[in-house]
Order: sequence, then C-alpha cells, then structure tokens
Amino acid sequence: MTGAREEILARVRSALPDSSTVADYSNIPRAYRQFGLLAADAQICILKDRLADYDAQVIEVAEEKGIADAVRTAMAAVDETRLFVPSGLPPDWTPRGVELIAVADSAAEMDRAQAVLTGCEVAIAETGTIVLVHSATQGRRMGTLLPDHHLCVVRREQVVETVPEGWQALAAFAREPLTTISGPSATSDIEMSRIRGVHGPRRLTVLLVDCGGSGTFSA
Amino acid sequence: MRVLERLGHRVLFPRAQTCCGQMHYNTGYQADALPLVQRFVKIFRDKEVVCVPSASCVAMMREHYELIAERSGNHDFLCQVRTLLPRVFEFSELLANKLGVLDVGAHFEKRVTYHPSCHSLRMLHAGDAPERLLRSVRGLDLVNLPEREQCCGFGGTFAVKNADVSNAMMQAKCGAVKLTGADVVTALDNSCLMQIFGGLHRAGQDVRTMHIAEILASHGGAAS
Amino acid sequence: MNVRVGKTAAAPEFSVAAKRLLGDDQLRQNVHHATDIIRAKRALRVEELPDWQELRDAASEIKAHTLRHLAEYLEEFEHNCIAAGGEVHWARDADEANAIAIGLIRRHSEGRDGAEVIKVKSMTTDEVQMNVALERVGITPYETDLADMIVQMAGDEPSHIVVPALHMNRFEVRDLFRVKMSLPELGEQPHDLTDAARMYLREKFLAIKIGISGANFAVAETGTVCVVESEGNGRMCATLPDVLISLVGIEKVIPKFQDLEVFLQLLPRSATGERMNPYNSLWTGVHAGDGPRAFHVILLDNGRSKQLADERERETLACIRCGACLNACPVYRETGGHAYGSIYSGPIGAILSPQLQSLEHSRSLPYASTLCGACYEVCPVKINIPETLIHLRGRIVAEDQKSLKGKLNQQSLAMRAMALVFRSTWRYEAAQKLGQRGQWLFERGGYLVDLPGMAGEWTRFRDLKALPGESFREWFQKRDVNGGGEA
Repeated sequence: MTGAREEILARVRSALPDSSTVADYSNIPRAYRQFGLLAADAQICILKDRLADYDAQVIEVAEEKGIADAVRTAMAAVDETRLFVPSGLPPDWTPRGVELIAVADSAAEMDRAQAVLTGCEVAIAETGTIVLVHSATQGRRMGTLLPDHHLCVVRREQVVETVPEGWQALAAFAREPLTTISGPSATSDIEMSRIRGVHGPRRLTVLLVDCGGSGTFSA
Repeated sequence: MRVLERLGHRVLFPRAQTCCGQMHYNTGYQADALPLVQRFVKIFRDKEVVCVPSASCVAMMREHYELIAERSGNHDFLCQVRTLLPRVFEFSELLANKLGVLDVGAHFEKRVTYHPSCHSLRMLHAGDAPERLLRSVRGLDLVNLPEREQCCGFGGTFAVKNADVSNAMMQAKCGAVKLTGADVVTALDNSCLMQIFGGLHRAGQDVRTMHIAEILASHGGAAS
Repeated sequence: MNVRVGKTAAAPEFSVAAKRLLGDDQLRQNVHHATDIIRAKRALRVEELPDWQELRDAASEIKAHTLRHLAEYLEEFEHNCIAAGGEVHWARDADEANAIAIGLIRRHSEGRDGAEVIKVKSMTTDEVQMNVALERVGITPYETDLADMIVQMAGDEPSHIVVPALHMNRFEVRDLFRVKMSLPELGEQPHDLTDAARMYLREKFLAIKIGISGANFAVAETGTVCVVESEGNGRMCATLPDVLISLVGIEKVIPKFQDLEVFLQLLPRSATGERMNPYNSLWTGVHAGDGPRAFHVILLDNGRSKQLADERERETLACIRCGACLNACPVYRETGGHAYGSIYSGPIGAILSPQLQSLEHSRSLPYASTLCGACYEVCPVKINIPETLIHLRGRIVAEDQKSLKGKLNQQSLAMRAMALVFRSTWRYEAAQKLGQRGQWLFERGGYLVDLPGMAGEWTRFRDLKALPGESFREWFQKRDVNGGGEA
C-alpha cells in the first residue's frame, strides 16, 4: 500500500503551487458571527423553543437537588423502570426506586435499559443542540443510543447562543468521541413526510437546571 | 429606439455589429467567440453609452469579456474592454439606473406579467427595476408570475440539444403564465420570449409576448 | 489506474435518458413534490441567519485553502489518526479501495466465510460500487440508511444525493417491505414503514460486527472523522461493531476542528432545511471501552487528484454533498436523478462525474443545463457551477476538434458556420436575407412550424415567428437615409 500513498501524494503535490500553509490559513475571512448578542435569559427562551419544536419534553428544575425526583417522575409517567447511568454521573442525580444499570459492556446488556440519564457539555440555543462528550458523566456512546428514552441535564451556565460559541466550548475535547443531538432521529425519506424516531431514543427529556422556572412543559 | 428618442437622446445603430459571442462561448466554442468579442469592442469602444436590449448579452459581457481579453494576452485589448464595460447597459438598467427615469410616457392598457430571465435575475441583479418601469406605464395592470424565478428552458443550444427537457420546463413556464390571466407576457430577453411564445402559440393560447421595450414604446391600447 | 464512478460507463446520454424519464408522470410528481418541499424549508432556514453570505465566504475559502495545501493536510490527518489508534490506507482507484476493504473484512473475520457488514450511507462507497465488489466475494453488505435500504431492496439506483428514494412513493415502499421483511399486513403510513425498518435493522445493528461508513469531514488537526446524519444508523454503525472502516475521499479533509463551526451551520440548512440535523458523530481513532476496537480509514483518489491542477476544476472538489443544487435545478426538477446516469446527479453531478473520469464518460452531462445559475445561488461553498459547465464544454469541444468525426458532427459544423457568418457584416446580412427569402418553404400562416435538421428539435415543441419582411437594420438604414427623426 505504500505505493499508493506515495503515488497519490506525488500527484497531489505536483498539481499544486508551493506556498505557506500557516499564513494562508490565517487569511481566511471569518466575518460570520462568532458569538451571539442575546442575554442569557433570551438564549434559554430560544433553547426551550427549539426543544419544543422537535417534541422534546422539557422539565425545569430549580436546582440540582431536584433532578433525581424529576427523573423518577418522568420515567414513571411512561412506565419505565430500568435506567442506565454513566459511571461519572453525580450520585445525587440518580433517583431511588428505579432499577439502575451501571455496567453494560455489551450491546445486549445496554439494550435492557429503557432510559438513560446523562449530563452534557454544552447546549447551543440557536439550533437546539445538546453536545455530549463521551466521558465519565456523559457515558459511552451506545448508552445514549440504545435505550429508548434519553434524559439529559442541561445547566444554565452550559447554554450558549451560537454554533461557533458551542464549538469553542468543545475545543478542549476535540479528540474525544462527541455526539451532537438536535432532536430525536428523523427521516423524510418516504414522500418527504418527516417521521421521528428511526434509530436512537424516541423520547428525549431535557432537564433544565436553574434556568428560571420549575415544572414540566411538554410540546 | 423610440423610447430613448422620446426622452431626447440620440440613438445610433452601428451597422457593423453582429453578435456578442455568447452562444459560441457558452456552448464550448470559446476560440470562436474571441473574434466576435474583438469585433464588438472595436465597434463600440468610442461610444458614450451602449444600450443592449438583452440581459443575457450584457451578462455575457460582464461575466466573460475581461476573462476572454486576459486570455488573449493582448494588454491593449484588455484595457479597451475595461474602459468600455462601465458604459454598457441593459435597456431597463439604462432607463431606471443610469438615466434615473421610470416614467417614459408610455400608455398600454393590458394585463401584463413579467418573466425575469435568469441572466437578469442572477447576473445583472436587475432587482425590481423592470417592474417599476412597467408600473409607471399608464393603464398597465401588472400581475405577478407564479414561480417567476424558474428558468424558461431556453438555455441557448440547450433548447435543441435537450429539446424534451426544454419543452418540459417551457410547459411549466407557460402554465404559470396561463394562471395569471395576462394578455401579455414580457421580459428583458427575446430568447426567453421566443421560447415562451413558441409554447403558447403551439398550444393555441391567446397570450402575446412582447419585449419590455415594445411596451415602453407604446402610446395607446395596443403596441404600435 | 482505472477510475470508475458507479455505472456511468454504461449510462445512456443525458438527452436520451431524460426523454424516457419525462414520460414517467409518477416519478415527475414525486420529484416535484420533494424538491419543492426541501427548497422551501431551506429558504426559510437560510433567511433566518444574518450571516449566511459570510458563512459561505468562509466555507468557500476554507475549502480553497485546504485544496491548495492538500498534500500537507492529508499527511497531517494520517499522522493524527494513527496516533489515536486508527489505521490509514490509500486507494488510487475504485478497485484498489474495494480490495483494501475486502482485505480488512477478511482480516477481521478470522478467515470465516460469508461475513456480513452494516453500512452507513456513503456516496463514496456507491461511487466505487463497493457493494457489488463485496457481494462478488461472498460478503453481504446491509444498507442501513432507510432510503438506501429501500433502494437496495428494490434492486434500484439512488436518484438524489440526500433523499435517494425520492423517486418512490409510500405504496411502492410498502409493497417492497411486505415482501422483504415478511410483513404481509404492513400499512403504507410513513410511520408504519419507519417502525418496520427500525425493528428490522435493530437486529442487524446488534449482531453484525463490522461496519462501513463514509465521512462528511476529516479534520487534519486532530485526526477526527465526522459523520452527519438524521436517522441514527450512523451512530449505530460507528459505535456497535468491533471494526469500523471509513471510506473517505481525499477532498473531505478540512484543516482544524474549529472549521466545523462553519460547515455544521451550512450543511444541515442546505441539505434538509434544518437548523441542525439530529445527530453528528465525531470520533478520533479508537476510543478504549467505547466503540470499535479497530478503526480503518481508506483515503480515496479515484480521479480527484487530477482536478487539482486547474483552479476552475479544483473548485468542484469543495462540494460537501448537501444536494441543494439538485433541489434548485429546473432541469433536475423535470427529469430526476437517474437521467444523469451517475451516482452524482444534478448540477454537481454534471461537473463532478465527467471530471473524475476525464471526459471518457458523462460527456453529455455538461450540456444538461441552461446555465440558469440557480445552483450557484444556493451552493453553500460557492462552487461556480455554471462557469465550470462552460469550461467543461470547452474541453469537450476541444477534444472533438481533434478528430475528423468530431469536426464534422452537426453541432460543430453549425457552430463553425455561424462563427464565420458573425465575423462579417455582409455575411451576417446575407444570411438574414437568405432566411427571409427561404423561410417560405417552412412557413405556415406566418409561423415556422416544422424545420429540418437540428432546427427541427425546436419546432418539435414550439412555433417560431417567421422573420419579418424588413429587419431592424434594414428599417434603420432607410430611416437614416431619409434624415432620421421620430419614427
């Protein structure tokens, strides 16, 4: 295979003029918005609007210690009893009264979980996007893929307005596994009518912590 | 001509002119287009203002003439092109933008719908200048053409090389024209009008096609 | 080296294929319906952003920059991917890519025959016809994108970059699933069909150990691969199997992680009219305890390096496969994707397919356009498709002129003749007079309705007004002679 590599690189090089890459890169015009102009409360308003738009359930929790109860209630409402929790999740977030699955090395084991509870790294209001860095608190990737109900905690200080701001917040994790989630999966492949929930969790519950309200809002 | 003279301008038609070279250039015969470009520049370079009643020709000039001149390697020619181009205007541009005139004293009592040709829309960025001109015509009832931005299907040699698809696109355009109930469909380009007329007439539709200049030159209820 | 792009070698000319497809009313209705919807959604989401043009400018420049320094960025990507535990392979053409993939599948199947692989939508794998190559050696690939799965089950071809089964309606899909999934009672509501697909595919995701994907972006700075999707099957194929193989065209590389902030705004809004698509998966090499234990990238050339030398052609490689140009194109709207005879259809297909293959195939595609410019208007990376079409037409004509047959074809003769006429005033006016005098042969009631030769293609569908008895220049000449003044 070294023959192919050398050949391809040689062809590429011979086609192109020589010039400085670094200088050239810094000349790329970036006049697009690097940050938003909205106040935090307005950003959160937009985030809620986007979440409602794709039928996520939004639960407002006044402070962190309310999370466990909110999770239990949300699960009970849809008769769910088995919850996967990533190893690094804050212990006081996990509700009592549910069957906790903490270790799942195989897909078959993970598939037993009906719901999964995670935190997130950043939430982008403009696009309604929640970004997971698959580490201790957000868990391995199949954890938020196989169970049918994903409950995700978003804290006030994690909300940003624009995609560039969100991406800035992820810069330190560029080599980690990342998943951006903007609604449940969907397809428009059949006659352009949009169907939600092809693969991946069909139910998304976002617990907004300290975001100015309390109570449950469903779309 | 009538419109410009009515506004008090002197209009010349240099007999030597033939073609701007668009057809050859766009079809891939770029070498054949060069002498036509040179010819155009030679004929018009000393004229104060050049009025072109065809958006696609002006688009050709603005998009490609400099490039063609650059490629010819003739620096003088390139300078000539660069000094000529700012003096070249499509007809409705000339009136509305350069001369700042919207009311040209026209009178035309018909229902008219306007088809924005692709070149005028996307290359000349004509905006709503043609429509403002039409609205200033006494008695004219301007109706919006549905899906106006869809290409009519002419596309130069496309109309004969891909006649079946060209026809399908034309049918869509004629269908939209029919929906407006207009008596007349107008545009800045005779090529589009030829295509649209071709379809309307073949289908027995009683809708006329008129270049915008014909409407703006009109004095009464019918085009003179 | 043998560049191959899908089944283009055997495809009929565009005008021939288009003529046949124009007769399919159901298809045309489906295509109109689908493209109208996506176009409207896209417009809504684009108008929302105050900095859309600035994003396009940045994206266009990022791509141009990357392509100018492609060798360096490819090496940087390779270095970082390997440092993170991935393996990087290089394929000069389609056959080599398939051979590498087959070798890897065999390596990871421990010599067992009849391996199965799950695939995420990847146009690049379609380009090299990977499924055909796998099946030929007894490996079974399962497409897991809903539309690609539908197309695969139907033994059909994709007809759109983003919505490959756009040409099929719900009844056709229902009938297909009833047979292939053994669900005789299945209804045709889209959600029933989607539920059936979910269950059918879940079995495969949980059982099959080798996954194959493409990539939307490959980040040089970190060695990260990014897959953009809506359905979740990408996440399934990228995390559940033990082995993941990603086929990545060399033009997919972007310089830095930060650059994704531009493309992840442009791509979803352009492709599906969403602010953000449901899932983006990013991974770098191998992640311990999470996902595949072995990750392979196959970097694919297959004609791309050829395009780098010419700046106009190089621009084509900026494409991020959003499909917006297809949805905007009035030609595509009438014919659908199959008319282009290539996995890459629509405006981008008209320039990419012939360029990859150096004009041996897809030669009719650059003429499958009226140059209306709607595609350029919507392209998120500002590829000047109309200019590229004109450039390719020039190359085709130049090649034609090299052979006697090419010089003597009808179009060539007509164009050269007209060039001769246009170069001289007297020849031009003589031609006009000839037309005025000779047209009575074809005239009927003041109109030309049945012309011979190529001109006959016009009159097949359209009437033509006869040339007026007095041409404008004749009128002007007379007026001038008579002293001018208001006519």
